[in-house]
Amino acid sequence: MSLIDSISLPRSVRLPRVDGLVQWIVPLAIIAIWQIACVTGFVPTRVLPAPSDVALAGWKLLLSGELVRNIWVSFWRASIGFLIGGSIGFAFGLANGLSQLSAKLTDTTLQMVRNVPHLALIPLVILWFGIDESAKLFLVALGVFFPIYLNTLHGIRTVDPQLIEMGRIYGMTDGELFRRVIFPGALPSIFVGIRFALGIMWLTLIVAETIAASSGLGYMAMQAREFMLIDVVVLSILIYALLGKLADSASRVLERATLSWHPAFQKR
Amino acid sequence: MQTALRTSLPETELASRANFAPHARIVREERQEERLAQASGLPLSIRGLRKSFGSNEVLRGIDLHIPAGQFVAIVGKSGCGKSTLLRLIAGLDKIDAGSISFGQDVQPEDIRVMFQEPRLLPWARVLANVEVGLGRDRASKDAHARAEQALTEVGLADKRDQWPSVLSGGQKQRVALGRALVSRPRVLAFDEPLGALDALTRISMQRLLERVWRDQGFTAILVTHDVSEAVALADRVLVIEEGRIAHDVVVNAARPRERGSAELAGLEGSILSHLLSADDRT
Ligand SMILES: Nc1ncnc2c1ncn2[C@@H]1O[C@H](COP(=O)(O)OP(=O)(O)O)[C@@H](O)[C@H]1O
Ligand SMILES: [Mg+2]
Repeated sequence: MSLIDSISLPRSVRLPRVDGLVQWIVPLAIIAIWQIACVTGFVPTRVLPAPSDVALAGWKLLLSGELVRNIWVSFWRASIGFLIGGSIGFAFGLANGLSQLSAKLTDTTLQMVRNVPHLALIPLVILWFGIDESAKLFLVALGVFFPIYLNTLHGIRTVDPQLIEMGRIYGMTDGELFRRVIFPGALPSIFVGIRFALGIMWLTLIVAETIAASSGLGYMAMQAREFMLIDVVVLSILIYALLGKLADSASRVLERATLSWHPAFQKR
Repeated sequence: MQTALRTSLPETELASRANFAPHARIVREERQEERLAQASGLPLSIRGLRKSFGSNEVLRGIDLHIPAGQFVAIVGKSGCGKSTLLRLIAGLDKIDAGSISFGQDVQPEDIRVMFQEPRLLPWARVLANVEVGLGRDRASKDAHARAEQALTEVGLADKRDQWPSVLSGGQKQRVALGRALVSRPRVLAFDEPLGALDALTRISMQRLLERVWRDQGFTAILVTHDVSEAVALADRVLVIEEGRIAHDVVVNAARPRERGSAELAGLEGSILSHLLSADDRT
């Protein structure tokens, strides 16, 4: 009953406004409980180091410059891989969304390739590129390609045909029609693709760096495992989480800025 | 009103005439003035117009003359081809046979259509949506001013910086009307523009349509399923049946018209009985 009540609240009844700090209460509480559990010995530090130990390990690695170097390497791989895979995916999405011929030529092939999990290619990729930078870039780009491709294509295909007809009636050239009708219409869907792709980007990078790398966060974690440095392992995991969150927030900010016309993003 | 009318010609036309004779430009401008001084509507002649979709013969020979500036309403059963006829007039679809002529060369900006859906760009502010209606003049310096004037005409000047999503259905349709009017069209075709509006909004929109038509003198062609709307607004009501114009009813009532007057009600009744008897026959 109470659940139903809370769902069917009329829009005029405002729930108390949540300000920026509230969302941090739960994570901070978790860290506090975690610290207490470790200090009291409830959780043995061989299983899970205390947050303070993780912070200390982070501080040491920061001083040695190792942390910044590894984060930078991972960040660089992620961005370059994303840019390459994203722009190719976007280009194919545009081409296949706008041209029947192009779609006939490539869409079926791409849909077939999509069914191969890109991480399954790791052994092949190592054979091709060794543990070179290109191996990681290739895997990230491949992983990012499909969500961007599929959502760009979907976005363009679902632009309201009545709006396109309107644009033509009012004498828009092909270029104007793309700039003023088709692209803005496809943008919400493209953003869905970007958010998906960002998730896949980190996942791919973690796996690739763990298996085949001599630098980067994943490599740092694997090295630490060899030397039983569990605090560094946990640190790497937390940094991955943080970077993922940052990438997601950045895309949300961009989305909010470019889709301000969208009812979902309007302040009431 | 004068200031908002288009006073310049396409560059190429001016250039070619300037070569022709030194004083050609002046002559040309005088002609332009003359043209604008006349009623701005265009006459419309349709002869033997046919249109089929596959084996479905929708229009089977339409013959029709509409004098410049007349307000014509087209009624008929759903699916009888009203929208098809309108789209052919607006040049949106290809004619199978027959002809449609406006008595002279027309620019794309001279003929505008308004649909039941407002078809506004959700990602453009109201003013920018109206500017779309300027067609090739979109980039001109006075685009803003002209769009603002059109918005004022439809009574939405204060909404110029809003997103379409915050407007009501009636307001959206008024923006669409502003967009259709901003290029000063000489023929304006409406495809059930008020079909999705509630009764009160619909009546105020009908008044607005009549007012802008009287102010600007374009030729108006209104497709509607509401016979009372047709007799309230139009000089002439056409009934389409089986792909042809089956009845051509003149509405002589003086304007402004009194809604629900005996004269209009009588006409409405007789048009409705035409429509219903056609229904009985099928
Ligand atoms: N693009 C199209 N393709 C095929 N059939 C169409 C198309 N447009 C209209 N028709 C058919 O033509 C007939 C007339 O349609 P329309 O002009 O929209 O009728 P209405 O009088 O209700 O506006 C209908 O039978 C409709 O199914
Ligand atoms: Mg129709």
